[in-house]
Amino acid sequence: MERLVFLLSTGLARGAVLALFALSLVIVYRAARVVNFAQAALAVVPVYVAFAITSATGSYWLGLAAALATGALLGTVVERRLMRLVPQDNPLAGIIVAIGLVMVLQAGLAIAFGPDHRPVHAPFPQRPLEVGGVGLMSPYDLFVLVVAAVVMGGLALLFNRTSLGLQLRAAAFAPETSRLLGVRVPRMVTLGWTLSIATAALAALLLVPTGLGLDPHAADVLFVNAFAAAVVGGLDSPAGALVAGLSVGVLVALVTGYASAAAAPPAVLALLTVVLLVRPQGLFAAREARTA
Amino acid sequence: MSTLTIERLTVGHGDGAAVLDGLDLEVPAGGVVALLGANGAGKTTLLRALLGLVPVRGGRVLLDGADLTGLPTEDRARRGLALVPEGRGVVAELTVAENLRLGALWRDAGRGHTSAARDAAVGQMYELFEPLARRRDAAGHSLSGGERQMLALARALVARPAVLLLDEPSLGLAPLVVAQLLGVLRDQARATGLTVLLAEQNVTGALSVADRGVVLSLGEVVADRPAAALAADPALRHAYLGF
Repeated sequence: MERLVFLLSTGLARGAVLALFALSLVIVYRAARVVNFAQAALAVVPVYVAFAITSATGSYWLGLAAALATGALLGTVVERRLMRLVPQDNPLAGIIVAIGLVMVLQAGLAIAFGPDHRPVHAPFPQRPLEVGGVGLMSPYDLFVLVVAAVVMGGLALLFNRTSLGLQLRAAAFAPETSRLLGVRVPRMVTLGWTLSIATAALAALLLVPTGLGLDPHAADVLFVNAFAAAVVGGLDSPAGALVAGLSVGVLVALVTGYASAAAAPPAVLALLTVVLLVRPQGLFAAREARTA
Repeated sequence: MSTLTIERLTVGHGDGAAVLDGLDLEVPAGGVVALLGANGAGKTTLLRALLGLVPVRGGRVLLDGADLTGLPTEDRARRGLALVPEGRGVVAELTVAENLRLGALWRDAGRGHTSAARDAAVGQMYELFEPLARRRDAAGHSLSGGERQMLALARALVARPAVLLLDEPSLGLAPLVVAQLLGVLRDQARATGLTVLLAEQNVTGALSVADRGVVLSLGEVVADRPAAALAADPALRHAYLGF
């Protein structure tokens, strides 16, 4: 029982990071209709910047701000200077360019910083808090949950309550109709990339202290699990990313805790397979349009 | 009140023959002009070219004398050119209220519009189209064909455009709904001095609300008469409109 409670609570914290990263994939998919395979590499670059800033100044918070800023800038530049030039008539072109970008970024990071794991310290203790003798999540896990909740709440407000969010959603769903209403659709696509990579960078930054440390591949497994979560939730659905992200996080924690860490990836794959068999469009995908 | 002037407009798709070849047309301020013609006459191409959605080979489009050539679609929309596209161009994933709010974003652009003014404008549309008021929180995809066309028209009107372009608003709708929509259109045009270019296959309906009718055939204007005269000319109706 104590073990279950502990696994559930740490699973939720890992799941929050997954949900955040899955949300970043949903944002860029909605904005640009691409599955961004470069998301992990693009997310790790800002984490290196954060690591450098934190090492130089001693302030975790300056590093965090730098990661968000670098992520936003990177997203903007990649869309404006690279993705926009890729032919849009075939999704394969964008995927291949993204994979190429992964190779360039990861090799570049390895050349600049070396391929080794660099230990990254969390801003809060990682020892589990005990409540009534039962080990729960650590203060750092709590911090991760709060940050993820605040960011997801902020994004939900932006998308659902503001004029800009309305334009972002309209441009994603119906580009031509949106242009007819005066929405600057190309700018909305860029902004989607900006928000997406900043969010992904934050997720990677939150993840790194809980793993082996920082290396050019530090976000790869996060990408794979978050991609599974995004597909399970329905690539189009922010709510789906949240629910599926938390579920996958808990699943991984439970399987790791009760079976072994090696069993976690097949468990995620099994979940993905079952959902795709039962509901290929994902659990929270938008309903089909009425035809009569 | 705004005048839309089309000068020697030439449009073609790909390498093929021009769909519109040197077309000249003026829609006077406050006028309601019906654009008639069979399928393939070039009605939709003309409307899409006016908004910059299809590339133009030559000619100019002027709104109150200002050349729109080279402006992207979104800037033409912000200058007051509104197109209700064929097939009920509502954003199906957004609710009725969100569609209307989107339409109102650039209402009175540059004249210090406030969200209160926008809300009031959306409220007026609910009064005009009562079924929309009842379904304001319903997603676009759950609306019936008639409701969708109402929403598309309301969303265009709420922007208070200078010139409203409509592409076959009656397509696939029951006669009663068409009469209601065209009635609202006529009343709005009279009340606000809105300039309207209405492309239609439904000749009788279109001519009943228009003050002028223009017949398009193979990309050329073959007749340009007062609506009543056009409706009363059997030879022309037979030749180009098929009844």
